[in-house]
Amino acid sequence: MPSTGTSSSAPEQIQINVNGEECKTHARTLEALLTSLDFSKIRVATAVNGEFVAAAARASLLLSPGDSVEIVSARQGG
Amino acid sequence: MNLIAKVPPDTQDDLSFYEESVSSRMLLGTALYPSPQVMADAVKASGCQIVTVSLRRESARGKIGARFLELINSLDVHVLPNTAGCRTAKEAVTTAQMARELFGSAWIKLEVIANDDTLQPDLFGLVEAAETLNEDGFKVFPYTTEDLGAAERLVAAGCRVLMPWGAPIGTGRGLANPYALKTMRNYFPDIPLVVDAGIGAPSHAAQAMEMGYDAVLLNTAVARAADPVQMATAFAMAIESGRMARRSGLMESRDMAAPSTPVAGTPFFDLGAPPKT
Repeated sequence: MPSTGTSSSAPEQIQINVNGEECKTHARTLEALLTSLDFSKIRVATAVNGEFVAAAARASLLLSPGDSVEIVSARQGG
Repeated sequence: MNLIAKVPPDTQDDLSFYEESVSSRMLLGTALYPSPQVMADAVKASGCQIVTVSLRRESARGKIGARFLELINSLDVHVLPNTAGCRTAKEAVTTAQMARELFGSAWIKLEVIANDDTLQPDLFGLVEAAETLNEDGFKVFPYTTEDLGAAERLVAAGCRVLMPWGAPIGTGRGLANPYALKTMRNYFPDIPLVVDAGIGAPSHAAQAMEMGYDAVLLNTAVARAADPVQMATAFAMAIESGRMARRSGLMESRDMAAPSTPVAGTPFFDLGAPPKT
């Protein structure tokens, strides 16, 4: 089970689901989660619990235990 | 119906999707190729100006998507993201919203899949998602069936293009129901219609174009060919050929033979039929 967020002063970890995998994180916002997963400079799109979260709204999107996060990018398609 | 009278007086034959004009009537998928370079070469060889793409969960620190996006952007074509794999209207709407942000385009190839074996559209979910997306400013390209009732709902929802299947995705069976596709063409004379899915050979694509379809969307038949680049060219030629034939006014078929060589003046004509031996 990957663990994200390294600051010793960070709040307690919460368990969420990221792209179908269980994950523990100190991050409390979607933006912090993306940063902790090294996605901050990568062009991705996001959804939380099935709802689209625009890039501009990630910093204010507060994560709760049990949330399901989708992080997607471009792929081949038919 | 006299098709010849419909031929425009000039040679200009561009097609528009949501006010975007394209001269190629081929839409090509970007999946299943032996390599990204072969895909890029096939797109260039086809001359197509619209390619379909998708969204998938990112891993490996985001490098895969970034590289693919860079390659697609280098092709200088319109990008049509799909919602492939979505099973509900809600999933499709959220995927479309993510696609719009990622690709910077309001175009969306809307797929809501009803069944894993047939990959047939869930028409109820499709209409529901189309209504939501059109209200949200999307330009929806719905992957649908030949069902006219569903098609009318999609048009009423604001869709200004319809994409009925030829046959189930990936089957390569061609136009499984030509009668229904012809009916759909006649029923919606003014809406751009694209045969999407099931096309396996250039002859299938030509058939769709001869039938009056405005364009053809395909992927597997090119990507899985032994030589995808050459096959892309073959499809482009077939699509152009079919379109040209449609504009030229195809002859009516008939049941009985009719000689093409003049009967008058045929030697021995007055001798009657030769005796049967």
